[in-house]
Parts: sequence; structure tokens; C-alpha cells
Amino acid sequence: MTQPGASGTSPASNGYNVGSNLEKVLRSGQFVVTGELGPPQGWRREDIERKAKHLKGVVDAVNLTDNQTAIVRMSSIAAGRILVENGLEPIMQMTCRDRNRLSMQSDLLGAYALGIRNVLALTGDHQSFGNHPFAKNVHDVDSLQLIQMIRGLGNGAFQCGDKVTGGAMPMLIGAAENPFGDPFEFRPLRLAKKVAAGAHFIQTQLIYDMERFARFMEKVVEMGLHEKVAILAGIGPLKSSGAARYMRDKVPGMIVDEYYVNEMEKAIAGIPKEDKVGRREAWQKRGLELCIEQIQQVRQIKGVAGVHIMAIEWEEAVRPIVEGAGLSPRPTFN
Amino acid sequence: MIVAAQKPLDEIKKLVADAQRVLVVGCGTCVTVAFAGGAKEVGILASSLRMAAKIDGHPKQFDEATIQRQCEWEYIDPLTARLDEYDLVLSLGCGIGVQALAERFPNKPVMPGLNTTFLGMPVEHGVFEERCQACGDCILGITGGICPIARCSKQLLNGPCGGSQRGKCEVSSETQCAWQLIYDRMAARGQLERLLQVQPPKNWTTSRDGGPRRIIREDLRALEDVE
Repeated sequence: MTQPGASGTSPASNGYNVGSNLEKVLRSGQFVVTGELGPPQGWRREDIERKAKHLKGVVDAVNLTDNQTAIVRMSSIAAGRILVENGLEPIMQMTCRDRNRLSMQSDLLGAYALGIRNVLALTGDHQSFGNHPFAKNVHDVDSLQLIQMIRGLGNGAFQCGDKVTGGAMPMLIGAAENPFGDPFEFRPLRLAKKVAAGAHFIQTQLIYDMERFARFMEKVVEMGLHEKVAILAGIGPLKSSGAARYMRDKVPGMIVDEYYVNEMEKAIAGIPKEDKVGRREAWQKRGLELCIEQIQQVRQIKGVAGVHIMAIEWEEAVRPIVEGAGLSPRPTFN
Repeated sequence: MIVAAQKPLDEIKKLVADAQRVLVVGCGTCVTVAFAGGAKEVGILASSLRMAAKIDGHPKQFDEATIQRQCEWEYIDPLTARLDEYDLVLSLGCGIGVQALAERFPNKPVMPGLNTTFLGMPVEHGVFEERCQACGDCILGITGGICPIARCSKQLLNGPCGGSQRGKCEVSSETQCAWQLIYDRMAARGQLERLLQVQPPKNWTTSRDGGPRRIIREDLRALEDVE
């Protein structure tokens, strides 16, 4: 791809040049669409390939979660390589929970060698939520320090300052931000810290409170952060009214507006409880519609560079969402 | 102070199962303030154990002794003369006290009656909270006097994580988010800008990660030689 012009880098470049498809879409200024794939709690690569089929050509790049919700799964690096072999572009997630700085850097070297070029730096859910709640957590570095570490490797240096054999390994660095976490006023400031640390793109927590997200973005734009980093709004289809209530009441760091709970409840009005298939279909249909509606809404919000669609264990939903939102076909580059 | 809590009675019974004559030793310092291992708790535990042994049909002897500090030789040594009478010592000191007794009396089994829990303080009567992890490189000067190493579930130096909501930690609604507290205090002081710098990775060598720690004060050593 071409070097950024002398007039400076284009939006969201943060001074980088990686060559991944995600970077190309970001720099082209087109609305970005990323997806997500949860690796299996097992070793079968077919499980990944089956899900990948639903995402191929539908999104620009695919997040591979890293032991999400602290449940042991196939590593995001191995799963990322399987995506590469299947012609999809991975965004490898990496949390600070399970590894110290040595292990993280060695895994990043390996990931780069295997053709992975995008990485998302995360704190990680606490292990008490997962299937090994008695585990020790690591948190040797935090997500901001991880961003700095990946940027350092991108410049050919380990965190300690030693040189990377083979030289620079630039990766497109992503980070998360949760506009629904508290303290609300600090969230844009913390986002600014992530940009300063070296993040190129941001994927937000699932948005089910559009008003709060818009207020968050207002501040982000006021600070000029949207010109330094690409902000991808987190979107996901609801599967049922129960799922909406669960996220509203039980998931830390989430806010779900009553609108979504009500809409999902209305979707099954008149369908008897015994008609499980009918209810499920009605829920899914409304879930997809709401998701498309959310995409239309975030596209109207200044500073939003794209969407990150999280349809974990419902990967087949992504195509109708992307098509329904008029975001298909995805751009291609030579 | 060191905060500790008593082990369940059943676990203590198992620890002393092989002994007939047990000396229950309390400590008059931290664990007394923590209502876990002072003279009063020694008395209650010894009588519970006596009663339990009786009910089990094998009466045993449980005597009591509480010394000022289980972590200093000068307070431990006076116990030496009494120890011949006992098969086992049950310490209600912290982990330091248990180890000090075991080191002083290597031929006597010394069992822990407490779980040493954390370095903290009573925040109200009956409520103790962790405040320090003894990481050996204090950062309270940059975090508004609130320690994220001890009080953030993820020990973040650049928090809060996305799980902070309504001032609470994602791990438990009973736990305050340390970074919310830090933010609030720095905001109230008008010093928010101090939180905007990315804090670099911590040097953990001064913490447990560097191996067991030791301080040698040559100045004090020299002083003892003079005395």
C-alpha cells in the first residue's frame, strides 16, 4: 500500500503502516466492519472453519477472543492462523490476565511469524467469572502498557529495550473502551491515554444505550481523538428478551436501555410459550432488525469510523446484518 | 496491621488430632486488634476444643498462653520453659508468628489456628479491609493515596477497566472500584491531569516476584556492636 502523504497521516493511522486489510480499509476512509469469532473449548479446527465461513467476505477482519470470560478456549493465535489459512484476516485478542510480559512478547513474535498483523490489547475479564475461578491472575502489565509493548515491537524493540532479531514487526494495534463503564467522565480521557500509548483503532463495548454512547462520542470528538484513532462502535444482535435482561442485570460494565428489552418482549407477543421455534424465529428477526437500526444510528454519530459486530455463537447473523445495513460488499484492495 | 481470621474448628481439630496436650498461643499485637488471635480468642478456642474433645470421647488438655508479639524472639523465649509439658503448639499468631515459634521450637509441632488474610485495617467495627500488598515500591504518591495494587482486582496502573460500574468492581458488588476512588479524589483535588500520563510497567522485583525479601540495615547492626 502507499505511504501516507507528506501532509501527514490519514485519520486513524496514528503513524503506522502495517499493510493489513483492516489498515487499508481504515485508511481508505470507508466505513469499517469487523466481526468476532470465539475459538472452541476444544481442539477441532473444523469448529473454527465452520464459523469462519459465515464471516468470509462479510467483514474486513475478525476478532479472535482470548479465553473470553475467563473460560479456557483454543488460543487466539492458533485460531488466528487457521483464519489466515482460510483467507480471512484475524484480529488477535490478547488479555493481560493470563501472561506476564515475557510470555506476551514471545506470543506476539509467534503470531507475527504466523501472519497475524492485527492485535487487540485488553485487560481481560477477571478469572472469577470463568471456569477456573481458583486461578492466579497475572496482570504484570495492563492494557495500556501492552499497547506500548506492541508498539515497541513494531519499532523492533522488546519492552526491556533489547532489539528484536529480524527487526521491526509492525502490527495494527487495537484497544477497547467501554463508554458504559464508570467513571463516565474519565472514559474519554482514558481513551486518550490509549491513543497516546499507540492504539490505531478502538472497539467499544456493546452499545445498548445509544444516548450515552452519543454523549461519549461528543466528548471524544471535542478532544479530537476521532482524528487520531478509528473508533468502531460495538454492535451485537440480541437473541431473546431474556438475553437482553441478563445483559442489563448481570453483565458488569453494561447498560441496556429498556427500549431493547421492551422491543424484544414485543417481538413474541401473541406467540404461545409452547411454540419455541416460533418464538425463537421472532426474536432472531427482531434482533437482526434492531442491530441494523443501531448501525444506522451510530453512522449518524460524528467520529464513528465503523462497527464491530459481536455475534458470538451466532455467526450466521453477521451477513444479514451487514447486508441489511447496506455495508455489503466489503472493499477489496490489490 | 496484619489481619487474620480463625480457621474453621473442624480444620483445627484435624491439625491437633495427634496431640494429647496442646498449648494454644495467642499474640497480643495485630491479631488481637483483628479479634482473631488475642487472649480472648485463645480462651474461646481452647474451651471449644476442650468441649469438642470431650464430646468426641477423647478428652484432651488445651492450655492457654498469650504473648505480646509472636514475631520477636524476646517475647517468644519465655515460653521455652513451659513447652516440655506439651505435644503440640497451636499458634493463633499470623503466619509470621507460626513460623517464628516453629523456628524457635524445632522439635515441637506448631500448627496454625488462623488464616493470615491481608495487610489492612478495621474500617468500621467488625469490618476489615485490605490496604497494602507490601509490593516494596510504593506508588501512593501518584494515585491519590489509594493503592490499586492492593485494592484493584487486576492491579491496574492505568485503570479503571471496563468492568467498573457505579463505583463498584466487576468482581463483587461489595468491593469498591479502587480506580473510581482514585478518580474521585484526584478530581476533587483538581489534579486529574496527573492521571492522564500512561504509567509504565511496574518493577515487581521489590515485590514477592523478586524472591523472598530481606532488609539489612548496616547502621543498626553497627549500633548493636557498640552496645
